[in-house]
Formats: sequence, structure tokens, C-alpha cells
Amino acid sequence: MDKEKLYIKSFCQISNQEVCLNDELIFRSIESDFNVFAKEIYQKFEIQYPKFHKMDALCKLAFLSSEFVLNQNYNSETAIILANHSSSLDTDVKHQKTIKNQENYYPSPAVFVYTLPNITIGEISIRHQLKSESAFFVDEDYPIELIHQQAEYLIKSGKTTQVLCGWTEYFQNNYQAFVYLVGKEGNVPLESKFIKERIINK
Amino acid sequence: MRNVFIQESNLVSPLGFNLDENWNSLLANQTGISKINSLGNFKDFYAARIDDVQLDLMLNKDFVGLETSRIEKLLTLVLLPLIKDRINEQTILILSTTKGNVNALQNNLNEAFLSILANQIKNKFKFFTQPIIVSNACTSGILAVNVAKRLLQMNKAENAFVIAVDELTEFVVSGFNAFQAMSNEICKPYDLHRKGVNLGEAAAVMYLTNFTEENGLNYKILGEGNINDANHISGPSRTGEGLFLSINSAFKEAKISAKEIDYISAHGTATIYNDEMEAIAFNRLGLEDVETNSLKAFYGHTLGASGLLELALACKQMQENTLIKSLGFEENGVSESLNILTQNQVKEVNIILKTASGFGGTNAAIIVSKNG
Amino acid sequence: MENLIEELKHKIVEVLNLEDINVEDIDAKDPLFGDGLGLDSIDALELIVLLDKDYGIKISDPKQGKTIFQSIETMAQYVTDNRTK
Repeated sequence: MDKEKLYIKSFCQISNQEVCLNDELIFRSIESDFNVFAKEIYQKFEIQYPKFHKMDALCKLAFLSSEFVLNQNYNSETAIILANHSSSLDTDVKHQKTIKNQENYYPSPAVFVYTLPNITIGEISIRHQLKSESAFFVDEDYPIELIHQQAEYLIKSGKTTQVLCGWTEYFQNNYQAFVYLVGKEGNVPLESKFIKERIINK
Repeated sequence: MRNVFIQESNLVSPLGFNLDENWNSLLANQTGISKINSLGNFKDFYAARIDDVQLDLMLNKDFVGLETSRIEKLLTLVLLPLIKDRINEQTILILSTTKGNVNALQNNLNEAFLSILANQIKNKFKFFTQPIIVSNACTSGILAVNVAKRLLQMNKAENAFVIAVDELTEFVVSGFNAFQAMSNEICKPYDLHRKGVNLGEAAAVMYLTNFTEENGLNYKILGEGNINDANHISGPSRTGEGLFLSINSAFKEAKISAKEIDYISAHGTATIYNDEMEAIAFNRLGLEDVETNSLKAFYGHTLGASGLLELALACKQMQENTLIKSLGFEENGVSESLNILTQNQVKEVNIILKTASGFGGTNAAIIVSKNG
Repeated sequence: MENLIEELKHKIVEVLNLEDINVEDIDAKDPLFGDGLGLDSIDALELIVLLDKDYGIKISDPKQGKTIFQSIETMAQYVTDNRTK
């Protein structure tokens, strides 16, 4: 293995009512509503993490996609770099609704806390006890080069040995997650082409 | 890896429309927080707000159209003086913000997407590269600088503009209110009687290079870290774990120890938990005797702007060898004491530490040196 | 007060998204925080919003929450004594 090269150790996709792990379909649903679909995945794989039900849709998406990848390759220093297009707008809209009418003005702390996209990282970190480097980026399309450069920096500088990277996009029932674990070893060389073939851009 | 330098900064805030105006206000210990009569459904609360009449007067009308959102105006105003002839084909543009143009949710959802705002700035100033947007709660400002620093270290570009902004909005005020996190008076970081935050708004910019400039500050970034607590999504770790690890990582990269830090610009939001957590983390690292302040009683908590605003002012304090009083602090209210500045102080400052923490368990630290 | 206790049990499970918990399994005397239902700080704030929204009770000092939210029973008593809706 080339010491300078980076590899993908494992990857998971959640889109179109399907969950794929390392390109293998592991779950399919007829359910088009994401929240119901997410609950099905949670129950099918017996995840047992009650906090899951408090999460907003974006966090559920990020949580589930990273669950499959991290379970196989756990390392307490795994850094996390995620990105999406809509930030936390889906939940932002919900919070906005609670402050629209003076007569019915009841903003909810449980909703408001999810009006930040990096809460996805917080939830994953807590679940897997990852006290590690992390960052959340926003862009129209998945910024492959930026993410890979950050991952490369973190590994080459010795700040970590593996990085969970990925696109976790959710907005009003349109969702797509593609997350992958990057490190110095693995079967798949880290190349933009591999990622582009699996992320559906606008 | 190349060295990365902070060359210049600028600020737009309730305390001034450029860095010098802000500095003079700080020297005079003048706060930008006042009682806001009304913001949507909120009446009579303390926050820091930029005066719209003054803002309008400052704007170059050739550069700003009628349709320009207020948030875009703030970014334009702060960035314009630093552009000069610095933009080349690789020049990086990074935007740090938590909510961007969230006010747009009231009438045009599409305008609330962060990439719209970033592209507006890119196009207005004619950057060539795709803007990078960091949205990582209240550590965004420092994280954005750290991201830029890494790219410049790896020579992906020679220079970068890091811009940061957040507005005072009913969206955010209502949320902090639901968290019962807001104080009903000017906030008191680290103080025994602290009751919570004041919110604020500001725009900031910092120009970074991986080469030295003849007339620039040439302040070198020695090290950084951005480590998560992995504890709770809204409350900080009681042992300050993530902050401890972030600062430690920065020390390790900088190859320095606590005793070389001359000044700490801390996060100090004035909530019971945040300030206590910082005190514990700083003590664990042997930083309890280092002159420390929080600027939150001057600016309020400016969220996505706070890390950059406060880092710019940390560099200014270093440049002037003058540390600013930690406004709002009277009596120690944290279990492990810190050396909180009780008045302005002249001191030779060569190495500074800036830290921040935020929702999601995020933390960030950066160490900057005057002398390379 | 029995009806109110049942009502509160349902509301808490719904508002706090306690999907893995059955209403029938909750005892009115069970501690809500710590052991028992294991609610956290955000849940406590949500309960304060619930009291305001559904019963017209405003709690200005979150520290009061410790006594009010000790159990569903103490909550029901507080609501009975202070509701304006």
C-alpha cells in the first residue's frame, strides 16, 4: 500500500428508500415518508438508542448512515467531516412556524437545538463516543476536493488515523446520504470518481 | 507544510464600522449592548444591534443594490476595504455563519440557503473559486480560519479571505429564550451572578497568506484543534473534555506549553455551564494564571461571527500590547479560578490562545504568534 | 386528578418522543429525571413549554422545575393548583 495514498474502508448510502453498505443492498422499504423509513431501519437493525426518536430527520439520516460504517470499523479517534446543501433548513422551517403567530407562540427547545447542521456530528460523536476533530460544510454539491483535502490534512498531520466523510442532505422529504470512512488502509483507493458515481448531484 | 500568517482583519459591529473604531470603543470599555425595544414578538431585552441608519450611510451605493439583503450588506461593508488587488485564481473565500439569511424564511425560503449568500459575495467581489461555507455553530469562526490555514499549509492556494457573519434575529432570540439562556441584563461572563447570554450581531473578515507581506501583521498560526465533547448536544462536557483536547492538540502542533501563552481570548458566554466548563478545562491545562477575557459583554454572542470577531481583536490586543478588561466580571463565579482581566492592562503579548465552544458539543482552539 | 395524570403521561410520551416507552408502564410516582424515565435538560425545558402551551402556566425560574417535575404526580398537582386553561 502506498504510504501517501488514502483508501476508503467502508461506505454506506441511504437514498430512494434503500440502504446500501459497501455497494450491497441491505434494506429496502416501500415507505416513501423518510421518518417512517428511518424508524423501519432503526427497528430492523435493532439499534436500541432511545435518543434516536428525539432527532430531527437530518440527524436521523446522518446517524443511520454512519452507524453501519462505524460499527465495522470502530476507532475512538475517528474524525467526522460532513456536508450538505440545505444546512438545517428543514428544521429551521419548523422552528419558524412556531414563531409565526403571536397568538400561538410556543417555540420548542427540542426543535430549536436542531437548527444547526453540526448537531448531526454531535449526535454521531455522542453515540460512538468520538472525541475527535470535526467540521460541517455547506455547498450546493458535495465538495469532494475540499473534504478530501481536510481528511488528508488530518491524517498526514497525525491528528487522526481515520475520517468519516460524507454528504448528508435532507430537505422536506428529499434525502440522500453517502458516508464513507477514509484511512491509510482499505480496499478502495480514495478517488473523486468513486464518490461522483455514487452521489446524485443536482 | 508552509507557514500561514494572519495579515489583516476588519469588523463591522455595534461598536464601529471598522477595526479602529471597534478598538477605540473597547479601550473606553464601552459596550455595544443595549436594551432593544422590540424585535418581532420580543420586547425590552438586552442585545447588541447594529444601527440601520448608520449602516445605510456607510454603504457604497454603487456597490449595493436595492435588493441586497441586510446580511449581504454587512459582509460587503466588512470585506471591501481588504480586497485591494489580492484576489487571484486560487484565492480562497470561506464564509462562517450559523444561520445566514434566516430572516428570508419569512417571505422567500430559497433565499435562506447559505450557498446563495456565499455566491452573492463571490460574484460581487469576483472570486474565481467555489466559496467554502463552514456552519458549525459558535465555533464556526475559528474553524473557518483553521480550515483556511490547512489549505494554505498544503499550498492549495496562497491566500484566503475568511468572512463571518450572523444577524440578530427573532429566529435565534426566540430559540435562546426557549432555552432560558438569555440574561435580563448586560451579561457577566465568569461572574458569580451571571444569568445567561446577550445575543448580538456582527460581520468580520480576516485575510490569511502562506507568505509574508511587507506591510502585513505576519502573525503566524502555530497550532489549532477542533474536538467534540461527545457528551450532549446542547450542554458542554462537565470536565471540559473537548475544549481540553482541542487546546492540547493546538499546543502539540505549536510545540509550546501553557506557560508560553500571554493571553487567552475565551468564549465566556456567561451561561452557568459554559463558563464553568471553560474554567475547568483551562485549569486542567495549567492556564489559570494567564490573563483572560471574554468580549461577550461588549458584543453579545455573535454566533457564527464570534470566533472570527474575537480572534481579530485578540490579534489587535497583541498588536497594541494592551489587553482589554473582561467587561461584566466583578466577582469570581466559577469553581476553579481564572485570571480574568478586571481592567485594561498594558502587557507585552507575543503568543495568544483563542477558544470557542458551541451547540453540538463542538470546541475550537487556535494559537497565534506575533514573532513567527 | 386521575384523568390529568393519564393525560400528562400521554402528553409527555408524545412531546418528548419517548417512543420506546409504553404509557401503561409509567408509574405516576416514578422519578422523571435521573433514574426512572431518564429525561434530560432539554426535556425539562420542553415540559416548561408544555405547561405554558396546554395549561397556561408560566414558569420564569427553571430551578422551580426540579420540584414540579419530580414525578408525574407532582406535575399533576402543580397543574391542578396553577392552571389557567
